[in-house]
Amino acid sequence: MIYLDNAATTKTAPEVVEAMLPYFSELYGNPSSVYQFSQKSKEAIAASRETIAGALGAKPEEIYFTAGGTEADNWAIKATAEAYRAKGNHIITSKIEHHAVLHTCQWLEKHGFEVTYLDVDESGIVKLDQLKRAVRPETILISIMFANNEIGTIQPVKEIGQIAREHGILFHTDAVQAFGQIPIQVDELGIDMLSSSGHKLNGPKGIGFLYIRKGVKIRSFIHGGAQERKRRAGTENVPGIVGYGAAVERAVRTMEERTEKERRLRDHLIDRVLQEVPYTRLNGHRTRRLPNNANFSFQFVEGESLLIMLDMEGICGSSGSACTSGSLDPSHVLLAIGLPHEIAHGSLRLTLSEETTEEELDYVVETIKKIVEKLRGMSPLYEDFVRRQ
Amino acid sequence: MYSDKVMDHFQNPRNVGEIENASGVGTVGNAKCGDIMRIYLDIDENQIIQDVKFKTFGCGAAIATSSMATELVKGKNIHEALQVTNKAVMEALDGLPPVKVHCSLLAEEAIHAALWDYAEKHGIKIEGLEKPKSDIHEGEEEESEEY
Repeated sequence: MIYLDNAATTKTAPEVVEAMLPYFSELYGNPSSVYQFSQKSKEAIAASRETIAGALGAKPEEIYFTAGGTEADNWAIKATAEAYRAKGNHIITSKIEHHAVLHTCQWLEKHGFEVTYLDVDESGIVKLDQLKRAVRPETILISIMFANNEIGTIQPVKEIGQIAREHGILFHTDAVQAFGQIPIQVDELGIDMLSSSGHKLNGPKGIGFLYIRKGVKIRSFIHGGAQERKRRAGTENVPGIVGYGAAVERAVRTMEERTEKERRLRDHLIDRVLQEVPYTRLNGHRTRRLPNNANFSFQFVEGESLLIMLDMEGICGSSGSACTSGSLDPSHVLLAIGLPHEIAHGSLRLTLSEETTEEELDYVVETIKKIVEKLRGMSPLYEDFVRRQ
Repeated sequence: MYSDKVMDHFQNPRNVGEIENASGVGTVGNAKCGDIMRIYLDIDENQIIQDVKFKTFGCGAAIATSSMATELVKGKNIHEALQVTNKAVMEALDGLPPVKVHCSLLAEEAIHAALWDYAEKHGIKIEGLEKPKSDIHEGEEEESEEY
């Protein structure tokens, strides 16, 4: 199997699993208990929190563990809306956010909030002049993702942070795809809140965190016990938190070497596909993209059939086609960068890992060539196109 | 997600291609929704479908239903072909996931559209055949999303 869907999820690294194991059946104590046995769990959480805070240039007490990226996004946006409602009811986000942000904003619109969804340019970068114009006295939050999950485009986060700071608006960023892949320093970038998820960086599933800058007055979203400084109730997922810490430590340690290799292989893949498969485009920015992300549109073919045929050849990828989303519309991200529907339906996202090899990618390119040719041979759109030539 | 039959027809589709000077050609669906089906019919003077070919832009189910629909109408007369419903196509494929049922409707519509084209070209009326919709999703209401 050639796994090229690392933006969907990653393999939990063996060293991460090893770090977690003692916290299931040996050191299973509840961190809130008083006896010494459970102090081990408490200490393990503290160590993990410190590692994660260190990776972001944050303070340990600014890291709040959640059940994942989606909860962190929901918390940041809904709790900001609740806490700052007296100041205003306007939120600014972008059209290419993950559904965890988009659907949360749409829900808030039904509860008296106004949301501006910023456009992006053809490579998926938010328009800063439009952002500046969108700011109102009643704007309380700007939520813009660090890097896009489909097309990998990295946003001008520092500039967005500056604009937010100048206007005294909180800035939240969904960094689920970016954290562990590119360096992030919250102070330098002016980030007030940041969401992340463990399983995107070789950590376990079911664990995430929200970074909340000291002074941001958002309250609890999950009510109950006094865990996480009374801001996130529920007995801590100790093995998950330990695994997350181990994954972050590993991601930071290997980042430079790993992403350099991924970038080189990604560019090799992009170059070959664009050169060897006619009527193909790269979605997203050529260079301002995540090190492991490639996203193509193959004209005249539909993404789901492409995916199933790739699967038959042992290749795992993903697509923004409607058929993979369960609705009639293709990916909102691909439509937002201006792709016509039929081109958006023919998209293929391949996301590499540190284990991906050049040989694998060469096999993938050869397989794509065969499949695209076969599907085009069956496509009435291609037939019409050839007739017009 | 797909039955073995669907996978078989998707991977080894029957009757892919075009027919030059076909007796009837029907194209249905739209690229916006991600599926377009085109069926070519070669019908002899006894109104028997001697040959049938298809081309489809769409998902695995769209390709499989096209393939199965061509199998089901081949060798039949035009009146029998008209009786090939989307249910028959689905049953022949051992079922489709609920979200893919519209693909089988598309196959039925494509056959009807090709028969309609044949009838028009030959100035005949086929009992029970209605003018095909130009868009398979016409009149279909999109499910509202709840957040």
